[in-house]
Amino acid sequence: MPFIPHTDEDEREMLAAIGAPDIEALFDEIPANLRLQTLQDVPAGLSEFEVLQLMAARARADGRPLCFIGAGAYEHHIPAAVWSTISRGEFYSAYTPYQAEASQGTLQSIYEYQSMMASLTGMQVSNASLYDGATAVAEACLMAVRANRRSKAARILLPQSLHPHYRAVTLTTALNQGLMFDTLPYTREGGQLSFEALSAHDGQDFTALVIQQPNFFGVIEEVDALTDWAHAREALVIAVVNPTSLALLKPPGEWGAKGADIVVGEGQPLGCPLSSGGPYFGFMTTRMQHVRQMPGRIVGGTVDVDGRPGFSLTLQAREQHIRRAKATSNICTNQGLLMMAGTLYLALMGAEGLERVAASSMQHTEELVHALTAISGVRRVFARPVFHEAVLALDRPVAPVLSALAQRGIQGGLDLAGYYPELGPALLVCATETKSSADIQAYASALSEALRPARAA
Amino acid sequence: MALPLREKLIFEYSRPGRGARGQWPPLATSAAADVLPEQLRRRRRPLLPEVSELDALRHYTRLSQLNFSIDTHFYPLGSCTMKYNPRACNAAALLPEFLGRHPLAPIEHGQGFLACLYELQEMLKAVTGMRGVALSPLAGAHGEFAGVAMIRAYHRAHGDLARDEIIVPQAAHGTNPATATMCGCVAREVAVGADGDVDLEALRAAVGPKTAGIMLTNPSTLGVFERRIEQVAGIVHQAGGLLYYDGANLNAILGKVRPGDMGFDVIHMNLHKTFSTPHGGGGPGAGAVGVSARLLPFLPLPIVAREAEPPIYRWLGERELPQSIGRLTTFGGNAGVLLRAYVYMRMLGREGMRRVGEYATLNANYLSARLQQIGFEAAYPQRRASHEFILTLRRIEQERGVTAMDVAKRLLDLGFHAPTTYFPLLISECLLIEPTETESKQTLDAFVSAMAQILREAQEDPEQLHGAPHQLPVRRLDDVRAARELNLAYQGTAA
Repeated sequence: MPFIPHTDEDEREMLAAIGAPDIEALFDEIPANLRLQTLQDVPAGLSEFEVLQLMAARARADGRPLCFIGAGAYEHHIPAAVWSTISRGEFYSAYTPYQAEASQGTLQSIYEYQSMMASLTGMQVSNASLYDGATAVAEACLMAVRANRRSKAARILLPQSLHPHYRAVTLTTALNQGLMFDTLPYTREGGQLSFEALSAHDGQDFTALVIQQPNFFGVIEEVDALTDWAHAREALVIAVVNPTSLALLKPPGEWGAKGADIVVGEGQPLGCPLSSGGPYFGFMTTRMQHVRQMPGRIVGGTVDVDGRPGFSLTLQAREQHIRRAKATSNICTNQGLLMMAGTLYLALMGAEGLERVAASSMQHTEELVHALTAISGVRRVFARPVFHEAVLALDRPVAPVLSALAQRGIQGGLDLAGYYPELGPALLVCATETKSSADIQAYASALSEALRPARAA
Repeated sequence: MALPLREKLIFEYSRPGRGARGQWPPLATSAAADVLPEQLRRRRRPLLPEVSELDALRHYTRLSQLNFSIDTHFYPLGSCTMKYNPRACNAAALLPEFLGRHPLAPIEHGQGFLACLYELQEMLKAVTGMRGVALSPLAGAHGEFAGVAMIRAYHRAHGDLARDEIIVPQAAHGTNPATATMCGCVAREVAVGADGDVDLEALRAAVGPKTAGIMLTNPSTLGVFERRIEQVAGIVHQAGGLLYYDGANLNAILGKVRPGDMGFDVIHMNLHKTFSTPHGGGGPGAGAVGVSARLLPFLPLPIVAREAEPPIYRWLGERELPQSIGRLTTFGGNAGVLLRAYVYMRMLGREGMRRVGEYATLNANYLSARLQQIGFEAAYPQRRASHEFILTLRRIEQERGVTAMDVAKRLLDLGFHAPTTYFPLLISECLLIEPTETESKQTLDAFVSAMAQILREAQEDPEQLHGAPHQLPVRRLDDVRAARELNLAYQGTAA
């Protein structure tokens, strides 16, 4: 029996101790008409060998194409030590560290993670992770409404250039609680937030301004001026950042005169494989004054009865298992193991290694953009500096071009037609430190070939 | 076995100029980063460790040794289903093609992956008796959010705008009322009778034109099967409300009875409980949701569809499901967790799944019987245990001053993770114990011996229990100090 250790003799002895004739008798409180006879729609079981063969065949069918898609999930090298360490059963198969004395390894790791993330973002406190980047933005909006007591409006300004899936998740999550959202347009020249459009909100009561840096197009925003503008209107600033970029870019804690108030983002670039979208981890940091409004688990340092230092989950009065209906969020299980991956990744990279990853990614993206825009019919859309992603325009619909590239084992980027139809045929491309010059050349020649037949026609 | 004592912080290993350089990419050879405007660049480096690969590896390996885990210890943790995490599931999810696949990759580079997800949806429908399944919610509470949001969307679509009350039994998980609030609803508690079943009179009095639905766990958090579930369903449906099934306890009934057949309209499943994906020290989980026919149009996005023959698998989005509650996750869900659950279900097959429910229940009833034989008091001795059961220590607490917390902490000394304590809230000094089907009789017997020793110590040497644990890296921690003098991040060595 897979994963069930009972021998016939064990079973007999156990039933005798219970005083039941057979296992079926243990279900005698379930009304007979509800009892299930068979599970005919579930296939029969497979041996480990059979299932691993099946999975290997399915994996092979997906292949290992050359990936130039970013859009919120980035292919970075993950040091081998990251997953060999967190795959240890003591991390992999541990429970949430509610029993602090038996969980000091996980608790101390979370404390170290919190320290690293607070410093990376320039803030004072971090939680122990949220689900992913999108849910972190949604939680930040809900938190801002609790934290900004000066605003009565429960109204948030969301840029159109925020990751469209973050926008969608934020709406799904927060509309049920009566939050309102206004959309801020981007400029067609630079791709950054339009200051002119902001002025429409002068004199309006709003809770917070969301700023994504770099934004969905990869474009660098004027975060100082935006932050000061929001603060002058007594709104909070929610920064949405790519953690890798913070090796080079000003941390949100230093934006403008006072710094952002809540910082969130997708932790995936820090040691999490692409893995079709998860598991990743969302991160959230803030100022000490807002810590009691923060959702999710938080670890604190303390001492035991003998005065020895140790760690435990703290400020639990914010959480669902204590406060129930009055909790800051319903979040319980989060992304512990992925947060561990992030911690290992940051420990191995350090500030200098992370700078190298960021700078190398910028270099490869520049090379990629240069190589692709050299092809006739391809041009760059936005003039502003970008981090490691850029929007390119094609002279024809993108989808068939991407299909042709896919046939050659190249994932050429994300088609923006479904998200930003106003841009015309446009493509979001990305190259991290994992893309060599040969990879970039392979993409360029495949693209130039894909674009050729139509021109000949 | 004594665990190692304190391990210093990773920051304390740091030396300026050290680094895991072999793991870093080469220095950039162009000045691409110079395009960043000067005033938007970082001026001071973040406080990250400067350590060698060996420093980091040794540090985190030592930290791991301070943990309990399934791989090292028995976790009789009620309502958490801490069963063995089979390694084949991990091996399959870590295949390089799966790990390297971008979430927005074209579907022609994902037919293998999507086939697994589609078949997982189908198997989950079959074992729960629901009509549709969405896999995207990232944890149990996230699935709860999806479920209640669907209930709200259903009522809204019927022009039924006043329904904003969610009924929860007294013994519900904390996430249930918290979820009701997250969805803009009001949680309303309903009493549980002395036999552990919902008080039907109280329920009849609670439902009405404001009832959006009821959230139930069955078997309940009291470790007993709600016998009058069909009447409960009738009362709620008649009042116009829907029934939400909290799948935290699905392990108890896997292959034996299905929530869909009990009358539930929506269910979340904790794949990290019932379907054996690892808890990872607090996640990742996966909280797939299943629905009855009337909620099909409202499922969260995206969902995997199978079309044509030979089959082509693709994602369904807003266009195909215009009434959906929308997107809940950046991408399609915790794919790596879903693959692990898929492998687990394929290995078990239909027979293996029945055995999960059967042996989880056998283990719980055996442990309950043995612990009562040695003198512990069950909260519901007249009832069958489901896959878990509750002991109450109110007598020992009154007579010897020994609390549930004392017993829990002493168990840690004796090499067992503590059961769930002080939950559910309505039983005083309680331990909620769930052994799961993957533990052998011999492990359960060893646990009974440890509990017998604790019972003896309660009579002879209660101080031993008040002071526990004695054998772990730390003893009981000062939680008040942790919350009062907040120390949430390393500040660097004092200058």
